[in-house]
Amino acid sequence: AVAQTYGLGRPALPEEIAAWNLDIHPDGTGLPEGQGDAIIGEEIFATKCAACHGDFAEGIGNWPKLAGGMGTLDHKDPLKTVGSYWPYLSTSFDYIRRSMPYGNAGTLTADETYAIVAYILYSNDLIEDDFVLSKETFLDVEMPNADGFILDDREETELAIWSGEPCMTNCKENVEVTMRALVLDVTPEETTTDAS
Amino acid sequence: MSDTFETKKPNRRAFLRGAATAGVGALAAGTARAQTPDPLITETQEWAQTFGDGVDATPYGLPIKFEDDVIRRNVEWLTADTVSSINFTPIHALDGTITPQGCAFERHHSGAIELKKEDYRLMINGLVDRPLVFTYADLERFPRENHTYFLECAANTGMEWAGAQLNGAQFTHGMIHNMEYTGVPLRTLLEEAGYDTAGKWVFVEGADASSNGRSIPMEKALDDVLVAFKANGEALRKEHGYPVRLVVPGWEGNMWVKWIRRIEVTDAPVESREETSKYTDTLANGISRKWTWAMDAKSVVTSPSPQSPITHGKGPLVISGLAWSGRGAITRVDVSKDGGKTWETARLAKPGEKMALTRFYLDVEWDGEEMLLQSRAMDETGYVQPTKAQLREVRGLNSIYHNNCIQTWWVRPNGEAENVEVS
Repeated sequence: AVAQTYGLGRPALPEEIAAWNLDIHPDGTGLPEGQGDAIIGEEIFATKCAACHGDFAEGIGNWPKLAGGMGTLDHKDPLKTVGSYWPYLSTSFDYIRRSMPYGNAGTLTADETYAIVAYILYSNDLIEDDFVLSKETFLDVEMPNADGFILDDREETELAIWSGEPCMTNCKENVEVTMRALVLDVTPEETTTDAS
Repeated sequence: MSDTFETKKPNRRAFLRGAATAGVGALAAGTARAQTPDPLITETQEWAQTFGDGVDATPYGLPIKFEDDVIRRNVEWLTADTVSSINFTPIHALDGTITPQGCAFERHHSGAIELKKEDYRLMINGLVDRPLVFTYADLERFPRENHTYFLECAANTGMEWAGAQLNGAQFTHGMIHNMEYTGVPLRTLLEEAGYDTAGKWVFVEGADASSNGRSIPMEKALDDVLVAFKANGEALRKEHGYPVRLVVPGWEGNMWVKWIRRIEVTDAPVESREETSKYTDTLANGISRKWTWAMDAKSVVTSPSPQSPITHGKGPLVISGLAWSGRGAITRVDVSKDGGKTWETARLAKPGEKMALTRFYLDVEWDGEEMLLQSRAMDETGYVQPTKAQLREVRGLNSIYHNNCIQTWWVRPNGEAENVEVS
């Protein structure tokens, strides 16, 4: 069926699409020409990334840690990094080229991005420092948590057990307070002058 | 840039402004008899004698100064900085269902950008017959629709997974707003470009530095997603995506891409940062759910609550709150005053609307005894809002997102309320 059209908008030019269509898919679709390794990446990282993410991608303060945390996903406080958590390497290239450095996004060349990604992989002990990352070698890198994701299964695991007529009376014998926010005491003090 | 919120930072001073300043001590019964004539009645007041402001005083008004505590608030320690961060809607002080835009919460990943209509461009590319560029003016020429929906951040209540942490409905449940949107169905724009039916996904991204790209299945894109330019009757606020944002009914707020600049029809999901590193929900065994798009049925008592204590003593009390579900309309809300031992069905102010906030009330006679207040929402699918224990049983403690548990407020005889967990 041919849908109604309104003749609005104008054709997008190839240059325009190329400028904005930056997304890279898990199979590598969208990767640009270029290359870099961790040795080059270390220098760039030191200049452009380490102030927040640390010299070894270990993170500073509240800023994201990009390396480490292997095997912690089932722990009490899992450390989720590019190495320990991210399923696809494509995401890091895409995100870094598009949105990093924070506050100066979109300024990295393809070569710089390949080198930075290589350095982050090296920091996660996933490649050797002479591994040259490029469009051709990109899929050679194995991401440890590639199989760590399942599709939303709430329909099967939750909806069924939390449906139906709920209990209305005599639903439990005792009710005890087991945890109190005022004991933890982390809520900002309320003022009426903090509106910007 | 991180939205994996911190979970504990001790040694912050508590607040209880409402209790401190709202005259909790005045526990006189509502039927107290006046002993002396009230001068607010017997003496002519200034406002009854002289002039108020002229109609030229306020071309675009703000709330009266006495309401200056009804504002967004942020929690400094949750994020590394304020431009990839979150603030909270003062739901404890609002009523009805429509959120005033000026205090509707914000969540940015690289700040609220300023993008004027003249500079605005929307591209549709990928698996389409005609890749197109629209101006803002073009969008206003397509047939429009109006719909009211809630937008809830996937991380709303996320800080409460490990325990009762933040003391106030604004902080525990305030990553939400509910607006009437005007916009063009995404389907209309996809048809204008001639989408290829082999394209099973759309990838949408914003004009800001963070981009916030997300993959949305074509079925949803063609169903009820709106490309919106008005909210609550006026242009979107800058911080809410001016001039154009995506509206994705019932689905997690992250997908409501602001300042939307590009829609790409693809044959596969992009698996962007915001759907791999973030907005994936780690279970106890270390495996994580992805594409947890729908926001499940949820509710909270907004008053009384920690920031909205009872100040009028015993007698008639309005228990009020909000309920919502991303899977359809709210059909019923039950309220418990004893921590879930017994429940009463509350009154819905209006019949529930699909994927929109619903206001409920329970009008009670408070005897001045302590209460453990809870609310429990049900939606048209029959789903019943679970307890936190039930959620933890399935998911563990590390999901970060999608915490739709039943909330408990411990209301004391003096009217103060506290965020607690109960057995």
